[in-house]
Amino acid sequence: MTRKQKRLSVIAGALAFLGAATALTFYALGQKASYFYMPADLQTATLQPGQRIRLGGLVEGGSIVRGQGTQVEFSVTDSEKTVKVRYTGILPDLFREGQGVITEGSFGPDNEFIADSVLAKHDENYMPKEVADSLKAKGVWQETTQ
Amino acid sequence: MVETGHFALILALVLSLVQSLVPLYGAHKGDARLMAVGGPVTVTGFAMIALSFAALTVAYVQSDFSVTNVWENSHSLQPLIYKFTGTWGNHEGSMLLWVLILSFFGALVAAFGGNLPATLRANVLAVQGWIGTAFLLFILITSNPFARLVPAPIEGKDLNPILQDIGLAVHPPLLYLGYVGFSVCFSFAVAALIEGRIDAAWARWVRPWTLAAWVFLTGGIAMGSYWAYYELGWGGFWFWDPVENASFMPWLSGTALLHSAIVMEKRSALKIWTLLLAILTFSLSLLGTFLVRSGVLTSVHSFASDPSRGVFILCILTLFIGGSLALFALRASSLTAGGIFHPISREGALVLNNLFLTTATATVLIGTLYPLIVEAMFGDKISVGEPFFNLTFGPLMIPLLVVVPFGPLLAWKRGDVFAVAQRLMFAFGAALLAVLVTYLFIDGASVFAALGAGLAAWLVLGALTDLALKAGIGNVAPDVALRRFLGLPRSVFGTAIAHLGLGLTLLGIVGVLSFEKEAILVMKPGQVMEISGHSLRFDGLTPVRGPNFTEEQGNFSLLDAGGQPSAVIMSSKRFYPVRQMPTTEAGIKTMWLSQLYISLGDEAGDGSVVVRVWWKPLVTLIWGGSLVMMLGGFVSLLDRRLRVGAPARRKSAQAKTSPVTP
Repeated sequence: MTRKQKRLSVIAGALAFLGAATALTFYALGQKASYFYMPADLQTATLQPGQRIRLGGLVEGGSIVRGQGTQVEFSVTDSEKTVKVRYTGILPDLFREGQGVITEGSFGPDNEFIADSVLAKHDENYMPKEVADSLKAKGVWQETTQ
Repeated sequence: MVETGHFALILALVLSLVQSLVPLYGAHKGDARLMAVGGPVTVTGFAMIALSFAALTVAYVQSDFSVTNVWENSHSLQPLIYKFTGTWGNHEGSMLLWVLILSFFGALVAAFGGNLPATLRANVLAVQGWIGTAFLLFILITSNPFARLVPAPIEGKDLNPILQDIGLAVHPPLLYLGYVGFSVCFSFAVAALIEGRIDAAWARWVRPWTLAAWVFLTGGIAMGSYWAYYELGWGGFWFWDPVENASFMPWLSGTALLHSAIVMEKRSALKIWTLLLAILTFSLSLLGTFLVRSGVLTSVHSFASDPSRGVFILCILTLFIGGSLALFALRASSLTAGGIFHPISREGALVLNNLFLTTATATVLIGTLYPLIVEAMFGDKISVGEPFFNLTFGPLMIPLLVVVPFGPLLAWKRGDVFAVAQRLMFAFGAALLAVLVTYLFIDGASVFAALGAGLAAWLVLGALTDLALKAGIGNVAPDVALRRFLGLPRSVFGTAIAHLGLGLTLLGIVGVLSFEKEAILVMKPGQVMEISGHSLRFDGLTPVRGPNFTEEQGNFSLLDAGGQPSAVIMSSKRFYPVRQMPTTEAGIKTMWLSQLYISLGDEAGDGSVVVRVWWKPLVTLIWGGSLVMMLGGFVSLLDRRLRVGAPARRKSAQAKTSPVTP
């Protein structure tokens, strides 16, 4: 191989590598990014069975039911629609009725949302941004000032 | 005192403007007197910002609630250490820390840059001045920490309880020393572009700054990871959270820069690429600052979001990244290109390292920004998390880690892979053994775990092989080998130690991901549970009153084989009344390299409580390995070639070898 051919083959190798990495990245974005929904959005959304999504809203007052051990059920609402969520594990410190939460997981066969993670806010001023934006859009947002 | 701080900050801005313009003009005109202005102005600017920072600290320590910032983020009952660290536990204070460290690095360049050519030094200081001016303006216009409050409230609103931890004393300063340390590399790169001249000596001057910044950033990220691990009570060490990614991206590209600068210094190749990496690394630091400080992302790091701040930082970001890249596009072609080399060589290996690391940086960047872009363009809210990064970042890292031991053993110019492979036979055999032992003798070991353990062993032993071969162990008499070993350059030790640390971190990650055990259960007082061969007894809850919180302490006893308590572990749920906020304080017992981690959930009323217990094997290696990596960087920094004050080149030689390209 001449020097030029050698250099070309190195460049071609690098480009092929970058191409593969790019393809993998876009594949992963398509497959692994999870969409965020509020309960009312779910009517129009088309979800594959078992597709992972993030479901956000407010924890409905009086909906928290503790089961055996660390099982817990609660409802997430956007004041329009309500979705029942089942979760096993320790709830975050700031999980309370009427508070904003984001749960991540997928819908089970009986149309209950099985969450494997529940996020609540980090401090008392913090509302998950997605939840706050959507609530504002629906006009049920109340500015909580101190 | 508070007003003094404010005035000092304004004065620092004025000095920073002088620093931005005068040395630059001097370098352009070749006026030595104007260029000499840079040094003293930079040092004085640093002194002013330090005074300003001290003023804010005093206000915090004295709980001066007439200062809005102190009122919002402090409380008179807070322990002194948190009053002190609270200075940067908020948006305004942390930006002030940012510019303090920026000006500190500028002052270091001014103080220790005596061996730099006068024009380069002047230009570097000027570019540091631009960054300083931008951020001082940002603080004074949008985030003034010294704003007063009339009438002064009697009591403050308390620091966010999650931040009331020793981690706040360590993580942000270290992280900023890393983030902002890369500004020096950026300034050197831009200065080189302004002068239109770059040579191997440039790399020798930039490398110590890169190394120092890298060491600090490694420490900052590792500390942040450990802090999140024990403070948030989720027991995870990395969440691929956008804020974590923001610090990880400059680390990845900084690591690439560290390696490409070696090629540039030794072989005078990859010049333009190294320059670009220096620009990109600091650009990623700026991007990180934007993501964390502007409020586009919500996390424990975003203290308060104010749209004007986001726009301001975005402007700074665009100006610096766009400006430097435009300058690069204009000037790069006029720089003399570096030498060409054989692909199979030390240079070739380092290029491969750069290819992998920059591609990995790009995947993290895409994963971090994609949700923001999608939301801005389509309004869809998506999240990109661990599954994405496992699929993209993982496959990029594994081949890179496999080839790491080859790099230092390959010769410059033209290497021989087969010869190197032969020398690594022992390390390879031992790694294979590690795979087999893990797979056959450890319960529940998956193929992934076995291969991971083997890869970690490969990295560790490969690093040791490198040292052994360079000392000639086995080939020469032991006393000669010992003498040679002790006489090896520090940079060789640095490389080996850092690569070894990488192997240890990997071993920790593999240990936790593969062999972690988790149990969630409701425990009554007196109840005993078993996890990975450890018996844990719950002894009940005790209410405790702290200085500014109340807590329910869960007491646990670790039982030995005879059922007798051998250690006590305390895990608690705290409540901070001022912010009406509960926190979880994990109970952690370190046993050799592994940890038992207990976090409390809700009480059930009858004294029983939900308990989450993890057995985390080898988990401490994740951060221990990072410390070893830092040590490697530090040892490298002590290398003769890089030592501050070491004569770089003779003046006459310099005049000959650096042709002025117009």
